[in-house]
Amino acid sequence: MSSETIVPPKVVLAKPIKSELLTQRVAAARWFLIPMLVALAVVAGWPLLRSIYFSFTDASLTDLYNAKFVGFKNYISWTTLKSGRTIYSGLLVDPVWWNAVWNTLRFAVVSVFFEAVLGMIVALVLNAEFKGRSIVRAAILIPWAIPTIVSAKMWAWMLNDQFGILNDLGLRLGLLGEKVAWTAQPDTAMTAVLIVDVWKTTPFMALLVLAGLQMIPKDIYEAAEIDGVHPVKQFFRITLPLVRPALMVAIIFRLLDAMRIFDLIYVLTPNSSATKTMSVVARENLFDFDKFAYGSAQSTLLFVIIAVMTALYIWLGRVRFDGGIDRCSGVIPRQPPFICWCW
Amino acid sequence: MKFKMLLAGLLATVALGGVAQAASLSMVSGDTGNGLAFLRGQLDRFEAETGNTVTIVPMPSSTSDQFGQYRLWLAAGNSDIDVYQTDVIWAPQLADQFLDLTDAAKDVVKDHFPSIIESQTVDGKLVALPAFTDAPALYYRTDLLEKYNKTPPKTWEEMAATAKEIMDGERADGNKDMYGFVFQGNAYEGLTCDALEWVKSSGGGQIVEADGTISINNPKAAAAIDRAASWVGSIAPEGVLAYQEEESRGVWQLGNSVFMRNWPYAYQLGNSADSAVKDKFDVVPLPAGAGDGNSSAATLGGWNVAVSKYTKSPDEAIKLALFLSSKEVQKERAIDQSNLPTIVSLYDDPDIAKAQPIIPRWKDVFLQAVPRPSAPTKVKYNEVSSLFWSAVHDTMSGNGSAADNLEVLEAKLTDLKGDGW
Repeated sequence: MSSETIVPPKVVLAKPIKSELLTQRVAAARWFLIPMLVALAVVAGWPLLRSIYFSFTDASLTDLYNAKFVGFKNYISWTTLKSGRTIYSGLLVDPVWWNAVWNTLRFAVVSVFFEAVLGMIVALVLNAEFKGRSIVRAAILIPWAIPTIVSAKMWAWMLNDQFGILNDLGLRLGLLGEKVAWTAQPDTAMTAVLIVDVWKTTPFMALLVLAGLQMIPKDIYEAAEIDGVHPVKQFFRITLPLVRPALMVAIIFRLLDAMRIFDLIYVLTPNSSATKTMSVVARENLFDFDKFAYGSAQSTLLFVIIAVMTALYIWLGRVRFDGGIDRCSGVIPRQPPFICWCW
Repeated sequence: MKFKMLLAGLLATVALGGVAQAASLSMVSGDTGNGLAFLRGQLDRFEAETGNTVTIVPMPSSTSDQFGQYRLWLAAGNSDIDVYQTDVIWAPQLADQFLDLTDAAKDVVKDHFPSIIESQTVDGKLVALPAFTDAPALYYRTDLLEKYNKTPPKTWEEMAATAKEIMDGERADGNKDMYGFVFQGNAYEGLTCDALEWVKSSGGGQIVEADGTISINNPKAAAAIDRAASWVGSIAPEGVLAYQEEESRGVWQLGNSVFMRNWPYAYQLGNSADSAVKDKFDVVPLPAGAGDGNSSAATLGGWNVAVSKYTKSPDEAIKLALFLSSKEVQKERAIDQSNLPTIVSLYDDPDIAKAQPIIPRWKDVFLQAVPRPSAPTKVKYNEVSSLFWSAVHDTMSGNGSAADNLEVLEAKLTDLKGDGW
C-alpha cells in the first residue's frame, strides 16, 4: 500500500531541476485526471450547486422551474411586530432542524466510537497469523457488502416485536422477560439503529485499520520483544502511534458517512422527532412537504456542517492524506502509479 | 437533403408506429396483501382485450413513502410511469401533474358515488378515477366474545374493557402472545387516519374543519388521544407504535388479538385458507367515545387511478384507467379483495353480497365517513398530517401529555397556515 499518483506536487516544487521526462509525466497525469474531474463535476458539482441555488429561491416541486430568488429567507428572516418585538423564522432558528442536527451528531459520535474500537480489535485479530486467515478476512466483509437498505429491512424483521428472532432467542434463553418492541419506542429505536450500523460498518473500519497495521515493520516488534516490553505496552507504544494515521483516516470516512445517515433511520424507526436525522428531515421537506426550497436549504446546511467538521478534524487531528512521505519516500518513484491512500 | 429524407422517414415510422402499434404501459401500485397478484390478473385481461402490455412497478405499501417517490418522478417530468394509483388525499397536491379525465369518463362518472368523484375533482378537473373506496372496521373475534359472553363494543371504553378481560383470560389459559387490540400506530399517514377516528368519534372535531379553522386543540380531542395512549402497553403491544396495516394484520391473523382496526381488505385475507382466524371473526363499525351525541367515525380512504401528463401514450393510458375503474373490475375486486366499490349499483349485487357480506353492510359506514382535511389544507396537507401524527405519536410514546402536545400542534398549524391554507 505505498502511494502516489505519479509524482507528488510537493516533490516537484522541492526539486528545481525538471527533467523532460518528469514534465511529460506531469502533463500526462493532467490528461488522465480530466475524465475524473468531468465526472465529478457532473455527478457531484452540478447537483451541489443546484441545491445551493434552490436554497435561495422559493421553489416547490409543483413548480420547480419558475422559482424566484428570495435571498436568505429560507435560512433566516425576521419581521418586527408593531409592539417592537422581532420574530425570527427560517432554518437557523428552526428547533426541528437543530433537534435533527443533535440526533445526527449523537448517532455519528457514538456509532463511530464503537466502530473504531471494535474495528481495531478485529483488525488486530486479523493481523495475527493463523490458518484460514484469508477466508476470515473475506467473510468479515459480508455485512459491509450487503446494501444498507437490505440489511435494514432484514434487521427490522429480526427486531420485530412479534415475529422477530431476537425476541424469540431472548425468551428461550431467559434473557428477556417479555417481548420487547425494539424499534417502536424512540429510545430503543436509536439503540437498534446503532447496533445495526456498528454491525454493518465495523468490517470497513477493520479493513482500513488492518491495512495500516500491515505497514508497521515487523522488526520494531522484534526489537521490543528482545528488550522484554510487555505486549500491552507494545500496543500502546508501537502499534497505536504507528497505526494512528490509518485510524484517523478511517474515522473520518466513517464520520462523513454517519453524518448523512438516512436509510437505517428511515426503515428501522418510527418517523418520530427522537430519531429523525438531518437527511431524513431534509428529504421530508424536499418531497413530502411542499417546501422544496426549504429542504434544499437543509441539504446545503448539512453539506456545510459536514465540510466544517471535516476541516476541523483534519486540522485538529493533523491528519495527513499525503501519507507519511518520510516513510514511503524510499519506495515510490518507480512504482506503477496506482492510486491509493497511503499511510 | 439526405439527412432530411432520413428524418422524414423516421418521423413517419414513429407516427405510423404510434397509431398501429399497441403501447407498452407502466403503472405503479403499492397494494397490500395479495393485491398485486389480483391487479396482475386484471391487467392480463386488459392486455388480451387491447393488445397493450402493462408492467406493474411495485411500490411500498405506506402511502407516505409512495407519495414522496411519485412527487419526485412527476416533478421531474418522468415519462416512464403512465398510470398512477393514487390515494384519495392526493388529488389537490398532484392535480397539476395528471391529465384531465373529465371527457374520457363522461359516460361512466354518473355510476360512481358523487362524493368520491367530487373528492377527485380539483378546480373542475377530474384528476383521477376511483378504483375502490375504503372505510375501516372494527374486526372482532366472534369465538372469543362468545366464550367470555360479550357483545361487540359500542364505545372505546367498552372495547378497552372487553379487550383487557379477554386478553387476561386468554393469557391465564396459556396464550402468552394474546393482545386485546391492534391498530396502526406508526408515525405515518395511517396514524392520522386512526387518530382522526378517535378524535372525531369523541366530539373533538376533525383537526382542520372544512372552512379551514384549526380545531384540534380542545379537551375532547386531548382526552381521546390520551385514551389511545393508555392502550399502548396494556391492551395493545408496545410494538404497535411501529405498526402499519400489514403488521397489525400479522398479529390479528395469527389469532393473537381480540380486536383490530383495519380496512376492509383484511376481511378477505382473514378468511383465506391459511388464516388462524378463518370463520372466527366479524366486523362492526368502529366504536365511539362514551357520552351522548358521540357517534362512530370512520376515516374515508380509497384509491384511484390517474394518468400522468408526461405519458407517451395518453390514449392507451386513459383506456387503462377507465378499465381499472370499470364496473367489471370493481366487482371482481370486491369479490376477490373485499375492497369497497365506488359504483353505487354494486352494493346491491347478489354475487358480491354472497362472497363478501361486509360490503353491502359497509355502504352506510362509508357514506358517513370523515374525510381527512386534505381539501381545506390543499398543498399543505402532508405537512398538516405529519404534524398531527407526530403529536399523536409523541403522546403515545410517553413524550408529553395530549393536552400539551395539541397546544403546540395548534401553534405550529397556525404558523403553517399563515394568511390562509
